Amino acid sequence: MAVALTSAALLAAGCSSSGGKGSEEKSDGAGGGKGVNTPRMTIAMVSHSGEGDTFWDIVQSGAKDAARKDNVQFDYSHDDEAGRQAQLVQSAIDKKVDGLVVTLAKPDAMKGVLKKAKKAGIPVITINSGAEFASEVGALAHIGQDEAIAGEAVGEELNKRDRKKALCVIHEQGNVSLEERCAGAKKSFDGEMSTLNVDGTNMPDVQSSVEAKLQSDSDIDSVLTLGAPFAATSAKAKDKAGSKAEVDTFDLNAQVVKGLKEKTFGFAVDQQPYLQGYEAIDALWLHSYNANELGGGKPVLTGPQIVTEKDVPRLEKYTERGTR
Amino acid sequence: MTATPTPTPAGTPESDKPDEPAPDEIARTADSADTARKIDERLVQRSLLSRLLGRPELGAVVGAIAVFVFFSFAADSFLRASSLSTVLYASSTLGIMAVPVALLMIGGEFDLSTGVMVTTSSLVSSMFSYQMTANVWVGIGVSLLVTLGIGFFNGYMLVRTRLPSFIITLGTFLMLTGLNLGLTKLISGTVSTKGIADMEGFESARALFASEFTVGSAQIQVTVVWWLALVAVATWLLLRTRAGNWIFAVGGGQHTARAVGVPVARTKIGLYLGVALGAWISGQHLLFNYDVVQSGEGVGNELIYIAAAVIGGCLLTGGYGSAVGAAVGALIFGMTSKGIVYAQWEPDWFKFFLGAMLLVATLLNAWIRKRAEANR
Repeated sequence: MAVALTSAALLAAGCSSSGGKGSEEKSDGAGGGKGVNTPRMTIAMVSHSGEGDTFWDIVQSGAKDAARKDNVQFDYSHDDEAGRQAQLVQSAIDKKVDGLVVTLAKPDAMKGVLKKAKKAGIPVITINSGAEFASEVGALAHIGQDEAIAGEAVGEELNKRDRKKALCVIHEQGNVSLEERCAGAKKSFDGEMSTLNVDGTNMPDVQSSVEAKLQSDSDIDSVLTLGAPFAATSAKAKDKAGSKAEVDTFDLNAQVVKGLKEKTFGFAVDQQPYLQGYEAIDALWLHSYNANELGGGKPVLTGPQIVTEKDVPRLEKYTERGTR
Repeated sequence: MTATPTPTPAGTPESDKPDEPAPDEIARTADSADTARKIDERLVQRSLLSRLLGRPELGAVVGAIAVFVFFSFAADSFLRASSLSTVLYASSTLGIMAVPVALLMIGGEFDLSTGVMVTTSSLVSSMFSYQMTANVWVGIGVSLLVTLGIGFFNGYMLVRTRLPSFIITLGTFLMLTGLNLGLTKLISGTVSTKGIADMEGFESARALFASEFTVGSAQIQVTVVWWLALVAVATWLLLRTRAGNWIFAVGGGQHTARAVGVPVARTKIGLYLGVALGAWISGQHLLFNYDVVQSGEGVGNELIYIAAAVIGGCLLTGGYGSAVGAAVGALIFGMTSKGIVYAQWEPDWFKFFLGAMLLVATLLNAWIRKRAEANR
């Protein structure tokens, strides 16, 4: 009776008795306690991210957690246009920061300004893509994922799963690292792999394009998406097209982990963005505190890590809070 | 009917084919056409054909048929029921916005904020429901109010400041892009919203905005119904009501319209509210189809909506166009973008093919309209 009354009252008030913020558990974040008491230093991170990218959000939360522990003032800025990204680096140099974390998606545009950073005596760590250019620009270390290696890992995993014909969905046409992922997968995959360009800012278009591709070629037995948000959409397209293909994806988010658990997806490739942010800040702190250098001149790889249904129980709450 | 009988050489047996008109018959037809011309032209009963030729959507319909026939031959899998329903789905998600955008363009204004307004609408709905732990229908209602509010803001700024709508809605576009991202991150902590599929009301809302039903052997998405309903309402509004006359009048020339007593400000604000309503429907579809909304979505779609309206026969200068035309424009866009995939053309060239096909369809459209007007 009491239950009925409560739910009636909730309904009257327009409340939902399931889901929503009301069902959230209090999560424990890192860096809640006290950090080190080394002198306060400032580190700037400048990425090539566009607006509203889940991936860079996770990189940032890693960096912020490290910054809290290491008593670091962390400044983040980003621009997807190479020239403007270089300007942002320049303004960080002008502010005389104690360390720089930079992405090298467009290495040619960054070379000049990173030379200036070196002249100003600011240590630089490069993250994410562009490992092969890191030593050229005089970076202390490179922390990231090699897209080609990650792609190859996917190709091998597809072989292991006995797939014959795969589709690689590129959600941003002409993006070098996305092309590298597809190319890497194609290289190590024994079957046949085709690509499809979709408009990543228009979800219904992604869905209908994947649907159309699967309808036109019913032999496709696996769909590989290159970003977490597109995996769920592709799974939907697969159902609509009546295809039996397995959907696999790069990167993780809460939806992908849930899908792995429900076996909507086969596997996901994680490059652990949190680690890229965290390690970059921590390595710069170590460099200033203890003159340490990470990686011995070789890139430090944060991925690929193949995540399947078995790993879900461990990861679920971390993706929910946005650190995996 | 200006076709002349083919001159047949004398003496051949073909000359007395029964289906060729005799010379005196031709003379009679020409006579009756002459008498018709003598009557006042406004009183002439135009034939069905010539009335059809005068419609703004005619060119688009011919273009759509051309694209359809083309892909029927170019792509093996294009004509299957399941493929056609995919094409219809792609067209409907564009068409729901293209129809109100066409009305706005007939009224002589632009809206560049439509693409991100769709995202705003779904974000508001999702985050309100989640944060308040409310029944999702409450979120849907709040989202409707907020989205209409944005539409009203666009319209009100336009009539008060008299700045070009291009500038005002460009401002709204940028502000909404920033707000979508900023507020989502502030409230949800990440750049996408949290899932609301387990909340009360989700199933019924999904039934309304993102379900599908079977017709024959094809699965039809409910967005197709929304699309057709919007076309019907918009066509009725344009052709059968006083508001429709106002829309054409303000698009043709707002000073003249004001001089003859058309409420220009109200009409324009109303048109922006119509666009907001379309954005709300599209936004709720996004939310209930995908459960989670990415805050960076929608940028660039505003141009596709405008393109669909223009392909469908709307003039960029206002005062001319139709809702049916915009819907057909969306269909052309949907058929072309999916048809290229069905035809398995090299994916790197996708955008090029898309652009070229659209240009050809639009040129065909313009050419047919010119012919139709010349023949009137």
